[in-house]
Amino acid sequence: MSTAVMHKETKWWGGGRSPFNASYGKVMMWYFLMSDAFTFGAFLISYGTIRFSQNFWTDPNKVFNSFPGLHGMDLPLAFVSLMTFILIASSVTMVLAVHEGHKMNKKGVEKYMILTIIGGFAFLACQAWEWTHLLTGEHIALLANGTLDVVPTTVTLNPWGDQLSHDAMIAALQTTPHDQLAAIASTLHHGGDAAAHNVADLSNAELINTITKSGLHANHTGPIAFGGYFFGITGFHGFHVFSGVVINVVMWIKTRLGHFDERGHYEMIEKAGLYWHFVDLVWVFVFLCFYLI
Amino acid sequence: MSTSAVLHNADVHTHDAHHEHHHHETFISKYVFSQDHKMISKQFLITGIIWAIIGGLFSVLFRLQLGYPDTTFPFLEDLLGHWAKGGKLQPEFYYALVTMHGTILVFFVLTAGLSGTFANFLIPLQIGARDMASPMLNMLSYWFFFLASIIMFASLFVQTGPASGGWTIYPPLSALGDASSGSKIGMDLWLVSMAMFIVSSLLGGLNYISTILNLRTKGMSMTRMPLTIWGLFFTAVLGVLSFPVLLSGAILLLFDRNLGTSFYLSDIYINGKILPNEGGSAILFQHLFWFLGHPEVYIILLPAMSMSSEIISVNSRKPIFGYMAMVGSMFAIAILAFLVWAHHMFVTGLNPFLGAFFVLLTLLIAVPSAIKVFNWLTTIWRGSLRFTPAMLFAIGFVSMFISGGLTGIFLGNSALDIHLHDTYFVVAHFHIVMGVASFFGMFAGVYHWFPKMYGRYLNNTMAYIHFWVTMVGAYLIFWPMHYQGFAGVPRRYYDFSMWESFNQFGGLNEFISFVAMIVFAVQLLFVFNFFYSIFKGRKVTTTNPWGANTLEWTTPIRPGHGNWPGEIPEVHRGAYDYGKDGREFILQTEPVGENESHH
Repeated sequence: MSTAVMHKETKWWGGGRSPFNASYGKVMMWYFLMSDAFTFGAFLISYGTIRFSQNFWTDPNKVFNSFPGLHGMDLPLAFVSLMTFILIASSVTMVLAVHEGHKMNKKGVEKYMILTIIGGFAFLACQAWEWTHLLTGEHIALLANGTLDVVPTTVTLNPWGDQLSHDAMIAALQTTPHDQLAAIASTLHHGGDAAAHNVADLSNAELINTITKSGLHANHTGPIAFGGYFFGITGFHGFHVFSGVVINVVMWIKTRLGHFDERGHYEMIEKAGLYWHFVDLVWVFVFLCFYLI
Repeated sequence: MSTSAVLHNADVHTHDAHHEHHHHETFISKYVFSQDHKMISKQFLITGIIWAIIGGLFSVLFRLQLGYPDTTFPFLEDLLGHWAKGGKLQPEFYYALVTMHGTILVFFVLTAGLSGTFANFLIPLQIGARDMASPMLNMLSYWFFFLASIIMFASLFVQTGPASGGWTIYPPLSALGDASSGSKIGMDLWLVSMAMFIVSSLLGGLNYISTILNLRTKGMSMTRMPLTIWGLFFTAVLGVLSFPVLLSGAILLLFDRNLGTSFYLSDIYINGKILPNEGGSAILFQHLFWFLGHPEVYIILLPAMSMSSEIISVNSRKPIFGYMAMVGSMFAIAILAFLVWAHHMFVTGLNPFLGAFFVLLTLLIAVPSAIKVFNWLTTIWRGSLRFTPAMLFAIGFVSMFISGGLTGIFLGNSALDIHLHDTYFVVAHFHIVMGVASFFGMFAGVYHWFPKMYGRYLNNTMAYIHFWVTMVGAYLIFWPMHYQGFAGVPRRYYDFSMWESFNQFGGLNEFISFVAMIVFAVQLLFVFNFFYSIFKGRKVTTTNPWGANTLEWTTPIRPGHGNWPGEIPEVHRGAYDYGKDGREFILQTEPVGENESHH
């Protein structure tokens, strides 16, 4: 197959032979991927240097322990494992699409491209949920001014520092103003507006009592670089996945319209596949750097 | 242009897409959104020349301040408004000028203008291809550069002025809008412009690499390629692998500026108040920047080196001495380029033990560089030299490369660098070795290939004036700066007159500024020559005016899109059979004779 492609292009360009027996398009894609690897490499190495220059780093098992629909359960890395599985599965379907392309089987290519696109969308959806969970989730942390409050995980705030000892938490609660206490207490009930209203009516002492009895854990704030790198790098990767999905949709449309059958080869699917596998490979490194270590 | 139209019709071997272009070619498709590598190359060149005039003018403006710190120039206020209140450049604007001078010349002129021009022009012509692998991406490469240019140009006109933190845009100065007026919107525009520029460089680089690897004509093995192609190949690889790291650094800097992240910021006080940012590292940015920044030096130099190699060989009527050694040393330089970045950072508190490795690797570059210099000199040695303007500039390149390279050995030593860092010694070093040397390579290339580009010659008298004034002027400008640097005169100072120890150089600074203006004026003569000769220059009457061996001289005088009217010629030999068996030159297309001698 690939020799047939080469032959055709050799005729177009009136000479020249390919040193890697690869078409110029594939050479271009490979070099692009090398280039992109340097972009991600720079991000990940930056992350590494900052992370290991700090005395303390956030424990991913505590941050990433939620699962949609299973509130309050401690499931470290369960959701991200599902995301990773989805992305790798989409790589498998991409391989199958390329394989069908080699066999010039238009229907097969269409089927597996659709599955790959679904996989990509599913991954993006998972990432959207994870980001939303971090950005809007209710985490209780000790602020710099010595009070406790409910804070999200953002690029400027990291509520995932060392866990506060029970005594330190009691001491911090004593200095925490009423509305912050009420906000903390309302995270314990989740009774909707009515409950929140009741909570706000309680006195400081009652609130502290409720909070301490609930067995709540609170943290020091952690290194703020965590949020910046996490959102920065997973965001940049997510952008790549998004571009990949767009490319795959275009490839699927072109397949459906029979462009590749007309051309006599499905090399475009192979090139899209190279990109897609690269994006998956980068995820493996992101997964390793942010979730496992 | 009627000749090329005829050639197009005879051109039966280009593929279908090209054919369509030929038949309805409009002004827009021919001169604006052209997909012909030759037109794109001219677009890069002319945009580069416009930028060079702007960047050069900026240097004249800030040299005015350095040379005549006590004088006021009322015309400056007419020209620049509040940036030159009372006819004197304001300090903020001085920094903006220096920053934009560096940015423009390093990226827009000597990267895009140099390799954008010659990679586009020479790669398909010298390897025997109809066009680049992807003419479409090639066109996009120019237009992304154009977009980057527009954004950078626009930043000159914003209220708070363009970026002014130096072309290296170190944080925290560049990361905090409150740090200086140039750190406001001008800095954001700088970063966005550079992001566009990196996309342009990537699209171009991918095209150059895949074209060189895949589209060579029959017989054009890698080791038969002219050295220009090797140089442009390594340049493209360096660009494709190093610019993305700057992209990463720039993205993180944009986040720090606009989203409140702390990648490069920690423990910063402004007006006695601490900023909330913590945990970042300003040094991290320097690592990311110089991981591009050092290869960038070779992105600028390698095309100049390789074009000079070609021009020196052609005009010495001798084979290049040590072809494989030239290729090998360029390869070694390309590898080492990635391993020496921290020599820009010896005084940042870098671990001296680590510094020792960077010293060693830096000084190792002297080996391939020296090999190249000796090969140029031995190529010239006992050659039948023709001192065409291109040849003079190529020799000038070698001269500048030696002078600037030697001072690089000083700076590469971490111990000496403690004294010399951020002084005028550094300014002198990099202006000679990467600024002037690369400009000389670029001028050599323009003078040599202008007849192929436009079918006319540049005016020789103007060319010789251009060369001698530039050559002498460049040394007069930069040679004294070495002494200033030894004496500790720091870079990036707006005014030295308040220090007794630096004041002694007042007269010297005036002299340098005076010469700089003359040299700038002579560059305008070149620009005049360039545009005048496009329309009025003496016409080229032979396909091979320099008697060169390479394939571009087998095309018609004004090749159309597709380059060769008939079949692409087959290649039978290397590019450097000059003076062989008593013949002045033997084209690469000539089959090897039975009794031909081996070099």
